[in-house]
Amino acid sequence: MTNPDERCPVPADEVVGRYFLEHRAKLLDIAAFLDRVERAGAPDDDFRIEAMHRAIDQLGVKGHDRARRIQEIFSDPSLEPVDAAPMKGALGAHDPESADD
Amino acid sequence: MYIDPHVHMVSRTTDDYERMALAGCVAITEPAFWAGYDRSSAAGFFDYFRTLTEYEPRRAAQYGIAHHTWLCINPKEAEDLGLAREVMSIIPEFLERPSVLGIGEIGLNKNSRNELRIFEEHLELAGRHDQMILIHTPHLEDKLKGTRLILDALDDAGVDPGRVLVDHVEEHTVELVLDRGYWAGMTLYPETKCTPQRAADIFEVYGQERIWINSAGDWGPSDPLAVPKCQQELRSRGHLEEMIRKVSFENPLKFLSQSGKFRTTSS
Repeated sequence: MTNPDERCPVPADEVVGRYFLEHRAKLLDIAAFLDRVERAGAPDDDFRIEAMHRAIDQLGVKGHDRARRIQEIFSDPSLEPVDAAPMKGALGAHDPESADD
Repeated sequence: MYIDPHVHMVSRTTDDYERMALAGCVAITEPAFWAGYDRSSAAGFFDYFRTLTEYEPRRAAQYGIAHHTWLCINPKEAEDLGLAREVMSIIPEFLERPSVLGIGEIGLNKNSRNELRIFEEHLELAGRHDQMILIHTPHLEDKLKGTRLILDALDDAGVDPGRVLVDHVEEHTVELVLDRGYWAGMTLYPETKCTPQRAADIFEVYGQERIWINSAGDWGPSDPLAVPKCQQELRSRGHLEEMIRKVSFENPLKFLSQSGKFRTTSS
């Protein structure tokens, strides 16, 4: 169920200029975060960082659904309820090594 | 003018009521939720339900805001089946109160079997008392799976989709909810749910039918002025005032008015 007229109403010659600096800064935040993780000596195979790298790969794939694809990368793909809640909170990315997979 | 249909004012200061009123808020609804710690007895919930139905409406009224609530035991405290059922047993005595709109926010947190069982029992409770339903979908990596489990349980229970709001939808769950005929809510959080910009994108892609925005302001990183900030984002993109009013006032008014109890201070 998508809107037949899904265009963003911001004029094409304005939309990049309006949002570019904000998102350039966010991209640099990600780069600096990954540098920080590396300088701290965190393991390369942390599932959250691995998911982030897979998500970053999606940024270069054209289409109107990058946000949706990245949300799905971070999501638990399983279908059955778990036997018991392991904790209250969430970590932001699914751990493939979690007990219920 | 706007309605914030999901905000936890027990966690906010009176200054927030004033700022919301200054920004044009005329009505709110406050679902029962996790207090940040597990309550040790049903008596703790009894007192919480009194706060939601007696104290908060008076505090909101001082600023011209109509306050309403939804009652339940939230999924984060649903692992203890005995406590959950004891809490559910005290809910009916509150349902006739004038500001109680229905059962909520029920749903799932970590998608466990006990959470799902208590969710299904809440659906039965709502059905027995002809109550509307407000649903919490899980956080972050648990949201997609939890939304699928919740929608399947709703379908199995045979509830009227037009009287159910499934909240906290994002890019990967909004279509699932709308395609099955349920109402969808987008929560505007600075980090863990939708930003005002992404909510505006979702309106542009999925339309403005059966969908609303809320702040879900609580004790964590959140913004009780998130709804007017999203209004401003839509306005800055060139959306018509009619569209902005629809998603921030008319849609919640239409859904919530089915309760027969909802009012705004503008009406």
